[in-house]
Amino acid sequence: MALIEIRGLSTVFGPHPQAALEKVRAGMDKPGLLATTGHVLALDRIELDIEGGEIFVIMGLSGSGKSTLVRHINRLIDPTEGTVRIAGEDVTALPIPALIALRRRRLAMVFQRFGLHAHRSVLDNVAYGLEIRGVPRAQRENEARAWIERVGLAGVETQYPAQLSGGMQQRVGLARALCAGTDIILMDEAFSALDPLIRSQLQGELLALQATLGKTVVFITHDLDEALRIGNRIAILKDGALVQVGTPEDILLRPADDYVAAFVRDVNRARALRLHNALAPWPQTHPLPALARAVDVDAPIESVLPRLVGRSTPIALRKDGRIVGCVDVDAVSALLAPQG
Amino acid sequence: MEIFPDWRTPLRKGANASIDWLIINFGDQFEAFANSLLGVLLLIERVLRGAPPWAILLVTALLALAVSRRWRFALGASAGMWLVGALGQWDQAMQTLALVLVSVGVSVLLGLPLGIWCARSPWVRRLVSPVLDLMQTIPSFVYLIPAAMLFGLGKVPAILATVIYAAPPLVRLTELGISQVSREAMEAGRAFGATRWQLLTGVQIPLSLPSIMQGINQTTMMALAMVVIASMIGARGVGETVLLGLQRNDAGEGLVGGLVIVVLAIVLDRIMQAGGARLQRGGT
Repeated sequence: MALIEIRGLSTVFGPHPQAALEKVRAGMDKPGLLATTGHVLALDRIELDIEGGEIFVIMGLSGSGKSTLVRHINRLIDPTEGTVRIAGEDVTALPIPALIALRRRRLAMVFQRFGLHAHRSVLDNVAYGLEIRGVPRAQRENEARAWIERVGLAGVETQYPAQLSGGMQQRVGLARALCAGTDIILMDEAFSALDPLIRSQLQGELLALQATLGKTVVFITHDLDEALRIGNRIAILKDGALVQVGTPEDILLRPADDYVAAFVRDVNRARALRLHNALAPWPQTHPLPALARAVDVDAPIESVLPRLVGRSTPIALRKDGRIVGCVDVDAVSALLAPQG
Repeated sequence: MEIFPDWRTPLRKGANASIDWLIINFGDQFEAFANSLLGVLLLIERVLRGAPPWAILLVTALLALAVSRRWRFALGASAGMWLVGALGQWDQAMQTLALVLVSVGVSVLLGLPLGIWCARSPWVRRLVSPVLDLMQTIPSFVYLIPAAMLFGLGKVPAILATVIYAAPPLVRLTELGISQVSREAMEAGRAFGATRWQLLTGVQIPLSLPSIMQGINQTTMMALAMVVIASMIGARGVGETVLLGLQRNDAGEGLVGGLVIVVLAIVLDRIMQAGGARLQRGGT
């Protein structure tokens, strides 16, 4: 059983969502519904399983419903139809006190525009999750200080959000989510408002934190490069419906339809794909090279490009301390520039 | 041909009959309410009038210093109050100050929850908004007549009239402030498991505090503007000085009263603005 199970989730925005949804079931499409009734079909029959401990990326363009979808997991938005289960518990059916308890215990969130409280210091912002749970001040401040240091913000505890740069504010947002001590973190375009350098830095730090914390992260983004870098699995959303769910390599090498194919066309495949995708047996005609000269099969293709270009000899690949095969220029070229 | 029906007579008689009915049936309750309000007012008045003027000047200076952390500002506020005494209006000014304080207190007690309620419910807002317009535009004497009949002449109907006139901006600015709290700040509260009460006290009110403070400031200024009318129904204070000038055709006396009202307004306004700015910076 997956940690988060989303079943038959549909959401319509407008004054009479139920009636509008019936029209959709009777065959009306999204633009037709908007034109005739003014209702927006935000999500259409979403089925998703998110496993505990993975970074699950939901990606789509603006208006695809991705931010709406993530808000169903902690029920900031109620669905028109369908269920969300967390560890088997139906979130959509919980009475309000139980929902609040669930949010406190299991669900933290990081926001695109940070969502910090301007009247609280950095320390109080980070401790917020513990504060509303009634944790005594001394204890929650200790914990908050530890997380502030962990995200590289030591020294700014007494400052206010407005005094910090965007990148620092989002570190506060991240520390606030981590300090709440939940096992699930929802990140809604958490890095989208930051400039590219800071974004890349924070992606790296998130991966490093995740390696030791092993939380379940549901990460929303419109940036495919970001999705490919941090996602264990990726779901692609278009106009409120799921188009494809798979590993980064599934998405790149086996796009489900033209939409996904068009999407992945501009990706830096050399960085996103790993060498094992081009793995071939070591040619009998060459002597086996020393293990030290071999490259890990899980390294990105990018890392061997300088050694590969303009050479006819293949590069040996190793896995678990032994040579398992090789890659050559032709195999790599075929991967990097597929179907013309 | 007569195109106007006579609605005047039934409206007038109906209104008079309802006032009579209220007095006959609920006269005691109105009196009890008036007395409790009067009790609070008299207590504050006794403190302000009983304290030696130098103590009030000192408190003013300390208060100004506390909100601004500037010596010159504190000295200026204190000098303003000293000017009030020098103009021979100290006692009247203390009466007026007590009336303004109680009126603002009642306005906050009523206006803050009403503003919050308006921000939460479009229904309430649609209902309250025209009432606020009415409260601000209807001439005070229209409701002063029944108020004087229900509560007797003097300070209580003056408080009532002041609250009716001065509370609307507080309601409006509270509503504005709360509805302008960013969606993400609210979502952050909800996402981490805040209850409705925790959202209100921990997110909405603190984040709309600058707007609420602006509303309290507006209310205070409007309450001060009402002191002349208040004195007409026997509330005394600085308004009475102006009224005396009017009745005796004594322009100089009127000027003295007017100046004192302006000085009080400036001192109160500056102290409150500085206090609001301090809150906004997030300092404690």
